[in-house]
Amino acid sequence: MIMSDIMDIKYAASATFSSAKGLYDAAGKVKQEGYTNWECFSPIPVHGLDAQMGYARSKVPRFTLTGGITGFFTGMLIVWFMNEYDYPLIVGGKPYFSPIYPFPVFYELTILFAAFGTLFGMFFLNRLPRHNHPVFEHPDFGLTGDDKFMIVIEVDDPKFDDEETVEFLKRVGGESVQLIREPID
Amino acid sequence: MSEVKAENHEILEKVDPAPWREVPLVLNNRSFKWVTDKICGIVESKTPTWWWWCFITALCVASFTGMGLVYLVSTGVGVWGNNNPVNWGWAIVNFVFWIGIGHAGTLISAVLCLLKQKWRTSINRASEAMTVFAVLCAGIFPLFHVGRVWFAWWLFPLPNSNAIWPQFRSPLEWDVFAVSTYATVSVLFWYMGMIPDLAVLRDRAKETWRKYFYGFFAMGWRNANNHWRNFEMAYLLLAGLSTPLVLSVHTIVSFDFAVANLPGWHTTIFPPYFVAGAIFSGFGMVLTLLLPVRAVYGLHDLITQKHITNMCMITLATGSLVGYAYAMEFFIAWYGANSYEGFAFINRAFGNYWWSYWIMISCNVICPQLFWFKKIRQNIPLVWIISIFVNVGMWFERFVIANTTLSRDFLPSSWGYYSPTVVDIFTFFGTFGFFSVLFLLFLRFLPLMPMCEVKSVMPQADPHSDH
Repeated sequence: MIMSDIMDIKYAASATFSSAKGLYDAAGKVKQEGYTNWECFSPIPVHGLDAQMGYARSKVPRFTLTGGITGFFTGMLIVWFMNEYDYPLIVGGKPYFSPIYPFPVFYELTILFAAFGTLFGMFFLNRLPRHNHPVFEHPDFGLTGDDKFMIVIEVDDPKFDDEETVEFLKRVGGESVQLIREPID
Repeated sequence: MSEVKAENHEILEKVDPAPWREVPLVLNNRSFKWVTDKICGIVESKTPTWWWWCFITALCVASFTGMGLVYLVSTGVGVWGNNNPVNWGWAIVNFVFWIGIGHAGTLISAVLCLLKQKWRTSINRASEAMTVFAVLCAGIFPLFHVGRVWFAWWLFPLPNSNAIWPQFRSPLEWDVFAVSTYATVSVLFWYMGMIPDLAVLRDRAKETWRKYFYGFFAMGWRNANNHWRNFEMAYLLLAGLSTPLVLSVHTIVSFDFAVANLPGWHTTIFPPYFVAGAIFSGFGMVLTLLLPVRAVYGLHDLITQKHITNMCMITLATGSLVGYAYAMEFFIAWYGANSYEGFAFINRAFGNYWWSYWIMISCNVICPQLFWFKKIRQNIPLVWIISIFVNVGMWFERFVIANTTLSRDFLPSSWGYYSPTVVDIFTFFGTFGFFSVLFLLFLRFLPLMPMCEVKSVMPQADPHSDH
C-alpha cells in the first residue's frame, strides 16, 4: 500500500473472486455490512445478483414504452399529414385517412422507436459512452470480462476505511485485495 | 402447490428421482478462460491463408453484382428480362429470397431467447450477422427495380419537387417501412449484444488500432452488475420487440402478393406460409454457414451435435409446414371453385414452368424429411448438402409464386415465357459474393459468438454451486 499520494487519488478498494458463487456470497455480506457505494464486476450477468446487491428492477422499459408510443403517433401523424392534410390523395374513392389501412406503418414505427428507446435507454441508465473510468486502472480489470469476478468498494462510501475495508474484503473471501488509484495529470 | 409439498415433505426426502441427463451445451468441461481465448483468438490471431483466398474469391463474385448494376443503370432497365406482364421477374424473387434468409437470425436471437432455448447462445451472433447481411443483399433488388434508382428516395416520406407524398395504401410502401425497420432493429440488436464482447476484445487488445476500434464500439462497457442489469433488460425488450417485428416483416412482404387481385396470390394463407418459409430458408442458410465455420475454427465443443440436431429439427418442422401450405393452396384452389384460381395452380404444377415447381417440391418438402433420421442428422456433410437444397428450393418457391402467375395473366394474348437475361443472373450471382465478403469480414474482426451468453449457460455461471 505504499504509493505516492501526490500523483494519484485513491478511488476504491477491490477484491477478486474466481467463481460466481464466491462473488455472490461476498456481495451478500458487503450489503449486510452496510456499504452503499460499491459495485460487482463479472464476465456474465450473475443470476440473482441484483437482489443480492439490493438493486431495483431496471428502468429500461420506461424508455421502451416512451419510444413505442412516440413511434405509434409519429406513424399516425405522417400518414394523416401526408395523405389527408397536406396533399389529399384520392385512392379508389376511399377516406383520405383511416387508422386501419396504413397499420403496417404505425406498427413498424412503434417497433423502430421502441428499439431506439431501449438501446439509448440502456446507454443512458448505464451512463455510457464513458471511455475513461477509474476502475480501468485496476491491473486485472480486463480479466473481469474473462473469468474473474470483482467487488469494488469506493472511497466515497461513508463506511469506507482504508484498513478496515481491505480487511473486510479479505474476510469475505476476496483473493487479490488491493486499492485502486486513479492517476491525475 | 406449496401445501402439497409441505404435507409430503417426508416422502419427498425419501424419493430419489432419476437424474435428468441433460447434454451439456458446452462440451468437455471447458472453462470461462477457454471460451474467451477461443473466440477472441479467432479475431486476434494472424489472418489465415484460407481467409484471404475466400475473401478474394468472394470479392470477385461480388463484382458481378457491381457490373450488373452499372450496366443496368448506364444502359436502361431493358437489360433485365422483365416484361409486361412479368413486371417483377427475378428482382422480387431475389428480394424475397434474401429477406427470408435473414429471418432465421432474428428467430434464433429473439424468439428462442423468449422461449428460453439456451442452445441458441452459441449460434445467435453469427445468425444475426447473417440477418443483417442478407437484408443488405435483399435491399439491392427493389432499390434498382424502381428503374430510376436516383429517385429511390421518393419511397421515403420526404418532400420532393412534385410535392407529392407516398401513397400509404400500397403494400410496397409498407415494405419500405417494414424492411428498413427490420434492417435497423437487427443492427441495433446485433450491436447491443456485442457490446460486452467488444469490451473483452478492447481489454485484451495489444495493438493501438484494436484498442481504438474495439474501445470506441464498446462504449466504455465495464462489466459492472449495474450495466448487466440494464443490459439484460434491454436485451429482453429487444427480443420482445424483434419477435413481432420478424413476423410482421415477412407478412408484409407476402402482402406484396396477397393484396394484389391475381389468382395464385390473393390468398389469406400467404402471411403464415411466408413466415414459415422464411424461417425454413434461414435455418438452411445458418447450417450452410455455420457447419464450415465450426469445422475451420474447431468449434465442436461450442456448436455441438445437439445444436445441429435442433437446427435440423426446426428445418424439418418448418419444411413440413411449408409442404402443408403448398397442399392447402391446391385444396383451396379446388374447393373455392374459382376457375382462375384453379387454372393458376394446375399451371404451376403442369404448365410451362412445371420444372421449377417440382424442383421446389423436391427441395422443400421431400428433402428435409430426411431429418427424421438420427443417422442423417449426425452426418454433418449430408446435413450441409441438404441445407444447400433447402436454399435452392426456397429460391424456386418465390420464382414459382411470382412467375407462374404473372406469365399467365387474364389476357391470353399477353401470355409468354419469361426468362432472365445474363444481367439478371450476374446481378443475383454476385450477391452471394457480397454476402460472403461481409460474412468473412465479420468472422475476421468481430466475436463470432457471444462470449458472455455462452458463459452464462455453462455450469460455472450458477452462483449457487461450487464449480
